[in-house]
Amino acid sequence: MGWSILSPLLTLLVLQIVFGFYFGQSIPHYTIYLFCGNLIFAYYRESTTGGMNSLMSNASIFSKINVPKYLFLFSKNVSSLINFGLTMLIFFAFVFFDGLPFTWKFIFLLYPVACLVVFNLGMGLILSALFVFFRDISYLYNVFTMLLMYASAIFYDISIVPDKLQIIFYLNPIYCCIAYFRTIVISGEVPSLEMHLLCMGYALLAFLVGCYIYKANNHKFLYYI
Amino acid sequence: MAIIKADKVSICYMTGDFKDIGIKEYVMRRLKGNYHVKQFWADKDISFSLEKGDMLGIIGTNGAGKSTLLKAVSGVMVPTSGKMEIHGSIAALLELASGFDQDLTVRENTYLRGAMLGYTRKFMDEKYEDIIAFAELDDFQERPFKHLSSGMKSRLAFSIACLVNPDILILDEVLSVGDGAFRKKSGDKMRQILASGVTGILVSHSLGQVRELCNKILWLDHGKQVGFGSDVKLFCDAYEEFLISKKLPSGSTLIKEMADKYRERKRKEAEEKKKTEAARLLDILKAGPKEAARKAAEEYLKENGK
Repeated sequence: MGWSILSPLLTLLVLQIVFGFYFGQSIPHYTIYLFCGNLIFAYYRESTTGGMNSLMSNASIFSKINVPKYLFLFSKNVSSLINFGLTMLIFFAFVFFDGLPFTWKFIFLLYPVACLVVFNLGMGLILSALFVFFRDISYLYNVFTMLLMYASAIFYDISIVPDKLQIIFYLNPIYCCIAYFRTIVISGEVPSLEMHLLCMGYALLAFLVGCYIYKANNHKFLYYI
Repeated sequence: MAIIKADKVSICYMTGDFKDIGIKEYVMRRLKGNYHVKQFWADKDISFSLEKGDMLGIIGTNGAGKSTLLKAVSGVMVPTSGKMEIHGSIAALLELASGFDQDLTVRENTYLRGAMLGYTRKFMDEKYEDIIAFAELDDFQERPFKHLSSGMKSRLAFSIACLVNPDILILDEVLSVGDGAFRKKSGDKMRQILASGVTGILVSHSLGQVRELCNKILWLDHGKQVGFGSDVKLFCDAYEEFLISKKLPSGSTLIKEMADKYRERKRKEAEEKKKTEAARLLDILKAGPKEAARKAAEEYLKENGK
């Protein structure tokens, strides 16, 4: 429990030291800006990398007893959601000390969190199923999360790339959630309707694909363990 | 209405080199045309049906497809072809002590297993005391599961499965767990459960158990159904003949023949025994009283290991 709070704080410290001098000049409330990105990305990474193993590491159970297989993933996701909640409390403390105003609009933060929970579940379903079929997915996924991290504009602002290319960032569901958070916490505005639809769209897409894979392969997993 | 009805159930395992290969290896093999998946029919066209209160014994040599069939009954696997109809809740004991978490305590594992079998916490609260008492683990309730001996683990698994009152109870080689005292207790419990109208399936290599507990019997060999019927004695006799002669029967007449052969063999053995005993006694008579007394004394000493 201690580490679930300390680890994001330490990551934040490192990012602050490394990028603070350069990007900190042009981006207001840079610490909060970083924290938004780090908070969401850490949650995504924890729940999906943990979720990827969930099916495989419980193979001894579902090959003997007929239990719903998604439960293993759900339990992993609940634990990372609790971690996320704890870190979020620290985040609000930072927001308070930074002097940013708390407004009623903060209620809207529940929306991207809900989208993120569904999205992470979906990704977990997809990844844990793939991991049963191909064990080396974990290496590929490590590379993929690194790419995703750099593409999520955690420590820079997307204005550093040409206007035409900025649309690419919106293909990244994690960036959409991060941008949503920043708009509310730092700018104090409610994001556009498109932003809402985008977040929900990605979440539902991942979740439905994941459910489909589980449904189609429910009885095939057994052959691969 | 049949509680369990299997209609031409076949189960096919995929074997070959698709397991444990990564996506890289998979693509490479696909490109080279070196990707082979073989089929292995663990069970082929198995049909049986059980009414409420029936106890089915499944016999067969190793690799006959018994455990795979149980997996299909308990719903862990679906039949590749054919139909399996189940009406009622199932408590399955496949490879007893597995499926427990080694780091959780005995109490937590009991509730976990209960949850896996689909029972609520409230239900388990009621049953918990009985389960622990039956498994004789009162002093171990708060110990981590890994500290238990393997016999204790099996005892706990057996107690849970028996005491949650399922409609269907599946037992895979489990009546031989625990020490002598517990084995007797679990045998008594089994009879009590069967008397209460639970439908059961028992896989056992102990024909004595099958003869005693079962009223239906299914004989499998290498995935094929040799026979299914309610004449347990006939099938057991034929199976014992098979174990000696290693020749499979085909058709019901042959099963009867085999059973007769076995009975004949038994009868001959008994006769043989009688003859040798008679010969021995005759020898004693011939030798006269003095010699007979000496022989008796010798034998007595030999039997008592002196």
